[in-house]
Amino acid sequence: MSKEPVAVVGIGQTRHVAARRDVSLAGLVREAARRALRDAELTWADIDAVVIGKAPDFFEGVMMPELYLADALGAVGKPMLRVHTAGSVGGSTALVAANLVAARVHTTVLTLAFEKQSESNAMWGLSLPIPFQQPLLAGAGGFFAPHIRAYMRRSGAPETVGALVAYKDRRNALKNPYAHLHEHDITLDKVMASPMLWDPIRYSETCPSSDGACAMILTDRAGAARAPRPPAWMLGGAMRSEPTLFAGKDFVSPQAGQDCAADVYRQAGITDPRREIDGAEIYVPFSWYEPMWLENLGFAGEGEGWKLTEAGVTELDGDLPVNMSGGVLSTNPIGASGMIRFAEAALQVRGQAGEHQVDGARRVLGHAYGGGSQFFSMWLVGDRPPDS
Amino acid sequence: MSAVLKAPLVVEFPFTRSLGPVQSAFLTGLRERVVLGVRTGDGRTLVPPVEYDPVTAEELHDLVEVAPTGTVTTWAWNPAPRRGQPLTTPFAWVLVRLDGADTALLHALDAPGPAAVHTGMPVRIRWAGERTGAITDIACFEPYDGRRAEPAGHTGEFEAPVTGIVAAARLDYTYSPGRAQTAYINALSGRRTMGERCPSCRKVYVPPRGACPTCGVATSEQVEVGPRGTVTTFCIVNIKAKNLDIEVPYVYAHIALDGAGLALHGRIGGIPYDEVRMGLRVEPVWTDGARYPDHYRPTGEPDADYDTYKELL
Ligand SMILES: [Zn+2]
Repeated sequence: MSKEPVAVVGIGQTRHVAARRDVSLAGLVREAARRALRDAELTWADIDAVVIGKAPDFFEGVMMPELYLADALGAVGKPMLRVHTAGSVGGSTALVAANLVAARVHTTVLTLAFEKQSESNAMWGLSLPIPFQQPLLAGAGGFFAPHIRAYMRRSGAPETVGALVAYKDRRNALKNPYAHLHEHDITLDKVMASPMLWDPIRYSETCPSSDGACAMILTDRAGAARAPRPPAWMLGGAMRSEPTLFAGKDFVSPQAGQDCAADVYRQAGITDPRREIDGAEIYVPFSWYEPMWLENLGFAGEGEGWKLTEAGVTELDGDLPVNMSGGVLSTNPIGASGMIRFAEAALQVRGQAGEHQVDGARRVLGHAYGGGSQFFSMWLVGDRPPDS
Repeated sequence: MSAVLKAPLVVEFPFTRSLGPVQSAFLTGLRERVVLGVRTGDGRTLVPPVEYDPVTAEELHDLVEVAPTGTVTTWAWNPAPRRGQPLTTPFAWVLVRLDGADTALLHALDAPGPAAVHTGMPVRIRWAGERTGAITDIACFEPYDGRRAEPAGHTGEFEAPVTGIVAAARLDYTYSPGRAQTAYINALSGRRTMGERCPSCRKVYVPPRGACPTCGVATSEQVEVGPRGTVTTFCIVNIKAKNLDIEVPYVYAHIALDGAGLALHGRIGGIPYDEVRMGLRVEPVWTDGARYPDHYRPTGEPDADYDTYKELL
């Protein structure tokens, strides 16, 4: 028996900001879920199951959020699951929810991911003082910066490419009312002049810390037929993992990422992603990861990703826009960031992305990764059902 | 084989929590010696209150005061209180349904022994002397045979409400790096770097983890690597980390020791930070009493050819 087609019929986000002191975690997730229900014109009673994700427990110090948040998400008496894959969690959470619909286990599923970085401490969570180990580094930037240098060496990319990505994403964010950073006076010179934190990563080429939540309502073909607004259809979705460290690991273009993308394209019948995909929301927490992931995802050949960025191909009005929403570089509630990528991809093919809408976007990729480039999750969504 | 290393690992952090309207009123109420519940759509009063109706999922706003007296609905004796628990002497964990409430609140009951506790016993709140707007404003419950108190009808409006709390989290672990890393750490004390070779793919893991993550097989063959190695990639750290006693800027590098199948991480010294490059040949610099090399310095050899280390970034 074939799989049930999966449609996104409701999307809700909070306005992402540095600190939401006015709401509890429950209040924050509730806001996103309510907006998704409103978008789908559904009520709590229409939801059959709830699948949530958040950042690692150490970040926020909240264990078993699914227990605490069941009331807020109308999950009492319904199945509720929590998914846990580090930074990619928002993407894999959406895929677990989608699989429940595709397998006809449930008809309509609410999926949601969140984080309050203002009440959390990722730097601390990532830098526990492990006995017998030599403390050398704190935080994610220092971990990823050497891999960026390796990419620059391997590809011969000019040093300016990272700044171009940051300048583009911050300008895109100005068109997205939900984005955290709205730097109205951003210039390329300002990005270039920002201090080097972990050379080659400049301050303006790093993501902010945000509070936010993102929710989606996924449903089957019959649910999509009742939807008040155009649905987005899942054309392919996949997850892959690999160890954080192993002999032969390619940090610049991890095998798990390549395999994950290939699986998604195979499901969707995509043979030439660069030509057949109209845009991508890619998890880019440090600017240089745009050209790196363009290669990993098959949009460019090895060592060629930076050329797309430099030529303006990934600009909002380019041939392959990337991070039309402003991306992780403009909004980063870590636990929610992957789902925001997935949801923004769906908004594009629904024609609901507002000022950052790409005209005629029919197929858009949502991408997330997490851990030390350890977990990958992706989906491709389209404006038509998979078999049409 | 020498004993596997062990050490305490304490993980603690003062997390902050924004309360939202309902928990803000509840905790501010405790500060003012007022216990508030919330009324649900079906007319029940939940204490402690919740923000959303567990039955209908609707948002709840209707705060109602309940009495500081109530009844134990069930209990468990705690003979050995641990750090951070409400009382330092043995006590009963109790669920107490306060008069006027339909649900029970978890807290501690100060009682001389388990024989003095029973389900159905009447109790009352013993307030803490100093109250800040936290669940600990209720010091504990105590047995009480007197008159049931009447709630005063408070609606949850307070001057200077508490809007956030600090929730200190602490976990106490006994950490062990395991058999393979214990051997590695012990060898370092003799200034030797020992890895383990995978019997299947023949790659040498440094530090060893006792298994090859690619082949999924145990490793045991000891292989000495280094002491020299090659900087395969690096970054220049310009921000000082709070818990790290290293002056900035410094170079954090991936170093493939000669013979190792992957790079380990270390600091580069003995050369200006802006002269460090990929391919630089380095050797460890030890200081007395340190478990690890303090840093790695240039050996003076010609730089390694990119092709010799490009798989070891
Ligand atoms: Zn192996």
